[in-house]
Amino acid sequence: MTDFSFINAFSGGVMIGFAVILMWLFLGRITGISGIIGGIVMPEKGQVSWRVIFVLSLVTGGAIYPFLWGRDLAVTLDYSWPVYLVAGLLVGVGTRMGSGCTSGHGICGLARLSNRSIVATVTFIATAALTHTVFSLITA
Amino acid sequence: MESTDKGIPFSNLIIIIASGILFGLGLSVSEMVNPARVLGFLNILGPWDPTLIFVMGGALTVAVPGFQYARLMHKPVLGMSFSMPGKKDLDKKLILGAVLFGIGWGLAGICPGPSLVALNAFDGRIVLFVVALLAGLLFHDKVLSS
Repeated sequence: MTDFSFINAFSGGVMIGFAVILMWLFLGRITGISGIIGGIVMPEKGQVSWRVIFVLSLVTGGAIYPFLWGRDLAVTLDYSWPVYLVAGLLVGVGTRMGSGCTSGHGICGLARLSNRSIVATVTFIATAALTHTVFSLITA
Repeated sequence: MESTDKGIPFSNLIIIIASGILFGLGLSVSEMVNPARVLGFLNILGPWDPTLIFVMGGALTVAVPGFQYARLMHKPVLGMSFSMPGKKDLDKKLILGAVLFGIGWGLAGICPGPSLVALNAFDGRIVLFVVALLAGLLFHDKVLSS
């Protein structure tokens, strides 16, 4: 097992949980990031500005983190640019086709006990683990 | 949430901004913004990093009771109705979409939320990922499903 902090993982998760609960209980909105950005590039009338404000706030959360927690925002990228191009395209097409990503299905959907989200979450985690394992073996 | 031409009500704005910042901080605190952490979780044959399980556990500890409590409410506190996802059936698109997303997520270790927060690292590869992600969303709607 690698080094990890249970406290950081769990407390970060709790914060994400409160973030999605705020949106659902107060506004009746699912906090699915792929759906939110999808609604910006494929706009519906009157439903763009809240999405833009949410995304800007999300990015701001990462920007203020180093000042509040006194730690750097570590983003370690192991590969060269073509991997990120291909991965981004697949994530975009896949989340749109499958109606959600880690936040919409993996958190909101599981919390709603949605059958579709349970199946989607198991499928994308299993596929991702298999993909990473195969990709690591062939690039080793 | 009902938006009018007058714009978003101030109270709604506070919720959106608070939720976005909390989400961004949560991804940062939990280090899910770091693709190396996510790939460590997906690395089932090598040294394994359980972080992602505890992040989901923390999120669901709050979100499950929250979503279940919402069933008792007729409408959200500030909105007219809950925007409940409409689809109920398991279909091929759900599975194929989850598989394609899984392949992309497994390659780079980045999913949509963390990709946006990771823009703060000012690395061109994250920018490329986000542009490709947006292109992928558009490609699905404009080409694949038209």
